[in-house]
Amino acid sequence: MKYIDEYRDPARAHALLDRIRQVARHDWTIMEVCGGQTHSILRNGIDQLLPSSIQLVHGPGCPVCVTPLETIDRALAIAAMPETILVSFGDMLRVPGSGKDLFMARSEGADVRIVFSPLEALQIARDNPEKEVVFLAVGFETTASANAMAVYQAAREGLGNFSELVSQVMVPPAMRAILSSPDNRVQAFLAAGHVCAIMGWEEYEPVAEEFDVPIVPAGFEPVDLLDAILKTVELLEAGNSGVLNAYGRVVSREGNPQARKVMNEVFEVADRPWRGIGVIPASGLVLCEQYACFDAEKRFDVGHIAPQESPLCKSGEVLQGHLKPSDCPAFGRECTPQTPLGATMVSSEGACAAYYRYHRNPKKQCN
Amino acid sequence: MCLAIPGKVVAVTDENGLKMGTVDINGSLTKACLEYVPDIQLGQYTIVHAGFALKIIDEEEAAESLKLWDELLGN
Amino acid sequence: MQLSCPSPILQHETVQMAHGAGGRLSQELTARVFMPHLNNPVLDQLDDQARFDAEPGRIAFTTDTYVVTPVFFPGGNIGDLAVNGTVNDLCVGGAVPRYLSAGFVLEEGLPLVDLERIVRSMAEAARKAGVVIACGDTKVVQKGQCDRIFINTSGVGFIPPGRDVSCRNLLPGDAVLLSGTIGDHGMAILTTREGLSFQSRIQSDSAALNGMIADVLQAAPNLHAMRDPTRGGVAATLNELAASSSVGIELDEGVLPVREEVRGAAELLGIDPLTVANEGKVLLVVPAAEADASIAVLRAHEHGSEAAIIGEVVDEHPGMVVIRTSLGSRRILDMPLGEQLPRIC
Repeated sequence: MKYIDEYRDPARAHALLDRIRQVARHDWTIMEVCGGQTHSILRNGIDQLLPSSIQLVHGPGCPVCVTPLETIDRALAIAAMPETILVSFGDMLRVPGSGKDLFMARSEGADVRIVFSPLEALQIARDNPEKEVVFLAVGFETTASANAMAVYQAAREGLGNFSELVSQVMVPPAMRAILSSPDNRVQAFLAAGHVCAIMGWEEYEPVAEEFDVPIVPAGFEPVDLLDAILKTVELLEAGNSGVLNAYGRVVSREGNPQARKVMNEVFEVADRPWRGIGVIPASGLVLCEQYACFDAEKRFDVGHIAPQESPLCKSGEVLQGHLKPSDCPAFGRECTPQTPLGATMVSSEGACAAYYRYHRNPKKQCN
Repeated sequence: MCLAIPGKVVAVTDENGLKMGTVDINGSLTKACLEYVPDIQLGQYTIVHAGFALKIIDEEEAAESLKLWDELLGN
Repeated sequence: MQLSCPSPILQHETVQMAHGAGGRLSQELTARVFMPHLNNPVLDQLDDQARFDAEPGRIAFTTDTYVVTPVFFPGGNIGDLAVNGTVNDLCVGGAVPRYLSAGFVLEEGLPLVDLERIVRSMAEAARKAGVVIACGDTKVVQKGQCDRIFINTSGVGFIPPGRDVSCRNLLPGDAVLLSGTIGDHGMAILTTREGLSFQSRIQSDSAALNGMIADVLQAAPNLHAMRDPTRGGVAATLNELAASSSVGIELDEGVLPVREEVRGAAELLGIDPLTVANEGKVLLVVPAAEADASIAVLRAHEHGSEAAIIGEVVDEHPGMVVIRTSLGSRRILDMPLGEQLPRIC
């Protein structure tokens, strides 16, 4: 596969690993803020292959994991209403709400549909004019660009039966929150490559400067990740900070201007609660006043929602890198992928699920 | 987050006023919105996420990186 | 009952409730849609039960119900899927498949041309596999009570005396073989369902494997176990085999055969081909000494041209399947959790 296989080449990966071993003289803690990168690291065993002096810590880069419990409950309430079609990405179907998840709601008769793109949700709205079609618009900035276009287009077409239940979050505020925490051990970040494809890297420069850390936009394939880790370690060893792009074929400093324009037109920044972490100021996107009529939160009165988290769940600590999933007392016992207590165990790229799937046993030495 | 897979643009159309395209991903054809890559040409590569093409892949940058890594390999 | 016209003009266009009521319309349906395609000496008796002679050895008996949507998909339909699936369930146990039953639940309003198309392909699949559809039944339910058509096929076969093929027979040192590319069927269904976003070129691999398996059993008489990796894919099946025999299995990621289009679609949807259903593939576990001979026989067959040795049975980590990645690291290949959903994260 072009632009994939070259970046999975074992020879290149091992050459980069050798170089990392030569360069790394001290212990370093690096965080990746992207569930897709977490997934790739664990799936390819990159954490096993790195020298033990390099600690990879997994951040809250899973928009599924950080969607507030209240939003799930709200989606469930809307799905249960007659004449509504709740449309969602597949990722969200098994995330536990206070009592059940969207999958269970579907089996109880709610019209819940899975799509691959928000544009498919628009088509469902066109095809079902007598129903209310609500799209669960979750994601980081990458997906926000797609979700924004859906609303923009709905407005252009006058699709009155379409609305979005928005739970969009942004990466830089999360990085700031982590770096500002008194328990912080993170010394450098791998930035999410596809978020940066849209947003560019200019917004990370002030963060890197304020906290004096390296921030390296990285791709997702093993060679891309190892290259980014090498660049990060080189910066750390030299005592340097700042942003250094390791995903040049897709990431530029200003990102994608067309996408940012539509996002700025449709969304505005707001404070946002992150499930398991709490409110991070200016970390979310909501529909702005001009597009408020497409806001499902305003359109549907779902009554009082009293979200109930499991008291055993430690997702928040895992998401901030304070706790390894395997160190959580409930891990593998009360909390498994079949019986998840929190979103980090449900989402296929939640750190807990990734640990459970790939590293349930003590790590074995690799060849 | 953000599974975005590289593929080649093999057709461009218009649907509901949006620039749309067909992207060939290793032989599987998928539809993608091209509004965010308005200058993309047939035969160019892009990454597709949630039905949207996000960026034109910079083939020169890619070739440059591969060259550097291969020099590393040679050492 | 002999009919001269292969495609008779039918009085109704669609299935009616009365077609399942056992009266004149039921007889008409049987005569005009089922019998012209399925007729054979056993079925033609039209008794309440099929009767045939037993063969030496043990009886193998299986059942499966098919509810796939969409009913017609690239590479097949629910009918030939049902026949091939049940034939395969028999032959992976080392049985020679002989007789199938076919029970139909039809949704009121199902176009009769669709039903006939399905029945015709079942007949063709049975003929190709050398099995006989010996008995059947049809019921009709009201519109909305089933999704167009559900088919149950049960199957009977005979295991020759002395043959013992079982998921409990795996031994450390055995080779694990896969007869071909993974994920074709499941991805064909998924990309067809996605509809709007995909122009699927992926074809289901639905096929009856009894001919190929009979050949392998000649070359590898000490074959230990076989399973067809249907729901849950290779990941589920290998986990089941490892658990049944209390052994570990190790796989080589680099040698797994996957079609390019399947890879592309799976990457885009965030789905692991190892967890996707196959309907024309078999996993075989053979003593190491018989691995090369088995591969040669598989590759010589039309359904096994991409066969590969994908791993081995070990005594470490019993019950668990571990993948050696192409980078040299290791990870657990877990039992998949239910339906694979497309993801964007």
